Amino acid sequence: MRGLVPSYSNRLNWPSILIQGTLLGGLYALFAIGLSLAFGIMRLVNIAHGDLITLAAFAALVVVQTTDVHPLASLAVVIPVMFGLGYLLQRGLLNYTLGSSILPPLLVTFGLSVIIQNVLLEVFGADTRRLNVGPIETASVTLPGGIAVGVMPMLVFAIAIASLGGLHFLLYRTRLGRAFRATSDDAGTAELMGIDNRHLYALAMGIALAFTALAAVLFGIRTSFDPSSGPIRLIFAFEAVIIGGLGNLWGTLIGGIVLGIAQSIGASISMTWQILAGHIAFIIILVVRPNGLFPRIKD
Amino acid sequence: MNTRFAVERSTHASKVFAASIAIVVAALIAMPWWGDPGTMHLVAEMAYFLALAQLWNLLAGYAGLVSVGQQAFVGLGGYTLFAITDWYGVHPLAAIVVAGLVAGLISIPVAFTVFRLRGAYFAVGTWVVAEIFQLFIAQVPRLGGGSGYSLTPAIVQSISMDREIRDVIVYWLALLLVVAVIGAIYMLLRSRYGLALTAIRDSELASGSLGVDTYRTKLLVYMITALCTGAIGAFIFLQKLRISPEAGFSINDWTVVVIFMVVIGGIGTLEGPIIGMFVYFILRELLADYGSWYLIVLGVVAVLVMLKAREGLWGLIARRFNVQLFPVRRHLVRKDAP
Repeated sequence: MRGLVPSYSNRLNWPSILIQGTLLGGLYALFAIGLSLAFGIMRLVNIAHGDLITLAAFAALVVVQTTDVHPLASLAVVIPVMFGLGYLLQRGLLNYTLGSSILPPLLVTFGLSVIIQNVLLEVFGADTRRLNVGPIETASVTLPGGIAVGVMPMLVFAIAIASLGGLHFLLYRTRLGRAFRATSDDAGTAELMGIDNRHLYALAMGIALAFTALAAVLFGIRTSFDPSSGPIRLIFAFEAVIIGGLGNLWGTLIGGIVLGIAQSIGASISMTWQILAGHIAFIIILVVRPNGLFPRIKD
Repeated sequence: MNTRFAVERSTHASKVFAASIAIVVAALIAMPWWGDPGTMHLVAEMAYFLALAQLWNLLAGYAGLVSVGQQAFVGLGGYTLFAITDWYGVHPLAAIVVAGLVAGLISIPVAFTVFRLRGAYFAVGTWVVAEIFQLFIAQVPRLGGGSGYSLTPAIVQSISMDREIRDVIVYWLALLLVVAVIGAIYMLLRSRYGLALTAIRDSELASGSLGVDTYRTKLLVYMITALCTGAIGAFIFLQKLRISPEAGFSINDWTVVVIFMVVIGGIGTLEGPIIGMFVYFILRELLADYGSWYLIVLGVVAVLVMLKAREGLWGLIARRFNVQLFPVRRHLVRKDAP
C-alpha cells in the first residue's frame, strides 16, 4: 500500500508548475486571439469559436491523411481555408446579425456551434483524434535545476508570442490596422470616412479564423480532440480574454498564462482539478477585478 | 358627443384561448383514464420542457439575461432531491419544493458573480458556473462521484407502492409544474414587475431612466427562474430515477434545445415557447432515426428565424392576424357614452 501514496502529498514543485503553466498559457492565448479580435473590432462574441477550432483541427487531419504531409505543413492549406471561411461567414451571415440588440449574434453563433458540432459528429464519428508529429512530441530539454521542458510547448509559446507581435504590427503599423481601430472606436464615423465596414468586418473574421487555424493545429498536436471538444476551448479562450481584460491584446497573453498556471496547480492534484482550478481562478478575478487585469474597452 | 376610453387587457381571442386551454388541461388531467403510459410519458416530457422554455424566455426574452448555464440549476435541483431523500429521508414530493428553494438560494451568490459580466460575456460566464458545479459534484463521493447516483427502491416506493399509481402521480406532477410555472410567469408579467420587465425588454436604458430599478428586477427574475428550474430539475430526475454529473448538467439537454424552442417559437412572448416546444417534438419524432440530424435541423431553423423573422413563428402569426392569447399587454378601448 505504501507505493500508492499520491505524489502530490509532497511539496508542490513550484518552478516546474510555473514554467509548464506559462507555456500552456501560450496555447490559451492563441485560442483567445480570434475571440478577442472579433470582439474588439465588431463587438461580436462568437459562441462557435471553440467549434471552429475543432473544425480547423479536423480540416488539418483530413489534409494530413489525404496528402501524408507533416501536420505543421497542413497549415499552408488550413490557414487560407479558415481565412476564406471566416470572410464568407461574416459577409454572408454574421454581418446581418449586428445591430443594437445582442440577441441575434449571440443566438446565431450559438446555433452555428450546435450545427458544427453535430455535423462533425455525423461526418467523423465520436472517436478521439490526434495529429502526430513524431519524436518532437516527446522531446524535451532539461533546464538547470532538473526541470524538463517539452520542445513542443516551447515552440507553441514562441508561436503565440510571434502571433501576438504580428497582430500588434498589423493593428498599429498598417493602413488596414488603422481602419480596424477606427471602426472599433466608432463604426458610424469610420463608414462616413469611406471605410466599407461589411468588407472590413469580413476581413477581421477571416484573420480571426486564420489564427484559430494556427491554434487548432498546435492544439491537435498537443492533445487529442473529438467533435465535442469545442465548447471547453471556447471557455478557455473566454477565460483568458476576461482575465486579461477586454480588448487588450497583450492582456490576453497574461490572461492565458494566469489560466495556464492555475490549471497546472490544479493538475498536480488531479485531471478534474486542472480544469476546476482554472475556472476558480477566473471566478476569483471576476469578483476582485470585474474588468479583468488590464482592461481597454468598456463594454 | 362624449368619448371615453378604458384600459383593457383581455381580448376576444384571449377569452376563447382561456376556455380552450381549460378544456385541454382538463383532458390531460383525465389522461390516465383514456391514454396509454407511452403517451403519458411523452406529455410529461413535453410539459417539463415547456416549463423550462417559459423560464428561459422570462430570463432572456424579458429580463435580457441570456443565460446558457440554466443546466446548473437543473442539475443542482436533481442532486438536492437525491441527497435529501437518501440522507435525511425527506419525502420525494416535499424534496421537489426543497430542491427549488436550494437552487434559488444558490442563485444569489451566482448572480452577484455573473452579473458583473454583460451581454454575451454574461452568457459564457453562466456556462462556466454550470461547469464548476458539474466538476465539483463529480468530486463528491457521497453523491456518487463521476459515475452517478440512483434512487433506492424504498424512496421511490414512498410515493406509492403500486407502480401504475406512481406513474400517474408523476404524470400529474408534471402537469401541475408546468401549469404552476406558466401561471406564475403570467401573474408576474401582469404585476408591476411585469410592466418593469416589459420596459426592460424594449429598452433597458429608457426603462432605467424612467425609474425602473433594472438591477433589482433582473436579480429577482434570475432568482425566481433558478428556483423554478431547480424544482423542475428535481422532478426530471425523480422521474428518471438516476442522475450523473453529465446528465444533470447537460448543456445540450437542458439549455440548447430549450433555447431553440424559444427562439423558433418567438422570444419575448408567452405564446412563442409553446409553439417552439411543439416544433421541437415534431422534428425530434420525424428525425428520430437519423441520429443527431434533428439538432442540426433545429440549429439551421433557429439561425434562419433569427435572421429572417426575429419574432419567431408566433411573431409572424400575431402580426398576420393581430392576436394575443395571453393578455399581458394593455390596450386602449374606445367607449362612447350613450
